Amino acid sequence: MRQTPLYETHVALKARMVEFGGWNMPVQYASIIDEHRNVRRAAGLFDIDHMGQMEVQGPDALPYLQRLLTFDVSVLQMNQAHYSLVCYADGGIVDDIFVYRFPDRYFLAINAANTEKDYQWFLYHTRGFGVDVKDISDSTYMLALQGPKAQAILQKLTTADLNGLQFHYALEDRVAGIPTIIARTGYTGEDGFELFFPVAQGKAMWDRIMEAGKPLGLWPIGLAARDSLRFEPKMPLYGQEIASDINPLEAGLGWAVDFDKGEFIGREALLKVKLEGPRRKLVGFEMVERGVPRHNYELARDGKAVGYVTTGMYSPTLDKNLGLGYVPVELSTLGTEIDVIVRGKPVRAKIVRTPFYTPAYKR
Amino acid sequence: MNIPEDLKYTKTHEWARIEGGEAVVGITDYAQEQLSDIVFVELPGIGDSFKQGDSFGVVESVKAASDFYTPLSGTITAANDALLKDPALVNKDPYGAAWMVKLQPVDLKELDNLMDAAAYERFLETEGGHH
Repeated sequence: MRQTPLYETHVALKARMVEFGGWNMPVQYASIIDEHRNVRRAAGLFDIDHMGQMEVQGPDALPYLQRLLTFDVSVLQMNQAHYSLVCYADGGIVDDIFVYRFPDRYFLAINAANTEKDYQWFLYHTRGFGVDVKDISDSTYMLALQGPKAQAILQKLTTADLNGLQFHYALEDRVAGIPTIIARTGYTGEDGFELFFPVAQGKAMWDRIMEAGKPLGLWPIGLAARDSLRFEPKMPLYGQEIASDINPLEAGLGWAVDFDKGEFIGREALLKVKLEGPRRKLVGFEMVERGVPRHNYELARDGKAVGYVTTGMYSPTLDKNLGLGYVPVELSTLGTEIDVIVRGKPVRAKIVRTPFYTPAYKR
Repeated sequence: MNIPEDLKYTKTHEWARIEGGEAVVGITDYAQEQLSDIVFVELPGIGDSFKQGDSFGVVESVKAASDFYTPLSGTITAANDALLKDPALVNKDPYGAAWMVKLQPVDLKELDNLMDAAAYERFLETEGGHH
């Protein structure tokens, strides 16, 4: 199992460590609910070095990415970032990623557990394109600083104009003297930043941000709260809401698929789904009876299995037991009652509007 | 780690206290700390009978659901409904306000299968710490 250079730091902070995507990562430092609320109220710092990064360069970088990504990369402004899916020919999802356009290269942030799979997929498809694809995960450190106080904290450590940095844009500057990509992106539904910088500076950057953030209420945050924070605004997690046997349209991610940009891997299959309409849909539900939905619990209607839970938990912000899951389209309308099978027993739930939590981004 | 002297303990981190012929049962401080953030408790009905070691309820934290097991065979005489409304009580007061059930024991000799505080403390130092 791999560990990040901050392993000793987490242990000293009395973090509970768990395996995630082949990495030994901090799951919590304190109460998960308190950590969650601290990010919504103030700020949190996340060690997410397990995440992968790739660089794409060369004269054919744009047409190459247009073929691999569902999003229309040609519309990206300089230094802009956007969410995209990478699909198989059958429309199933290889991964969900963030693509950044920089003057000399495209930069991709990818999921930890998918890093090797993605890199092989991207390499395989370089044939016929003048591109150079590099997996730079091992040399790149990634931290996320999220929450309403994130900008005030980070601004103490950089002369970059953070107030002028728009949502889903990035800039390259120094933070605590360390050359860093500062991106106004995240996975919590709050304003905040993701920082990419040389791996050797991992501990220095962490310590400087923690020190700068202490008076503003910054806490270190583990993966458990990262999961509940991304769940409330319905941000998908690979292996749960999205997977190789789920297509973006049923996952409600059609907004990240641009059919008009021309050919891309998966387009034909997805166009068929679009024309026929997806058979199942990702919905949000809230428990009507007492019970906590969990990943992979069955969803039923009138005693018949109709789907499954992708993510479910107690929502710290809404103070309710909520879930996301797949149901047939005809059961996906708001207010529809379904049962979650909890330890063999049906427990009533009803479909509600998503996202459960409306993101508080800087616009 | 709080391990009161006057209780009996299981390897699955429940405690029992004999009070006027009845057994009061809950989960230990160690268990609540390991689970952290308890958000849901499911308790048995009054009159339900269990054998020592049977699963008789569920505690769910933010992360996962965990069964808990009765330290003694017996019939449930009371369940602590306060935990249904405020599951976090288990984190705050596992040996007091967050007792889970009372049961009429079948055979008090079963207490011999349980650990006293000193034995439970040693158990946590060896096996228990691996959770």
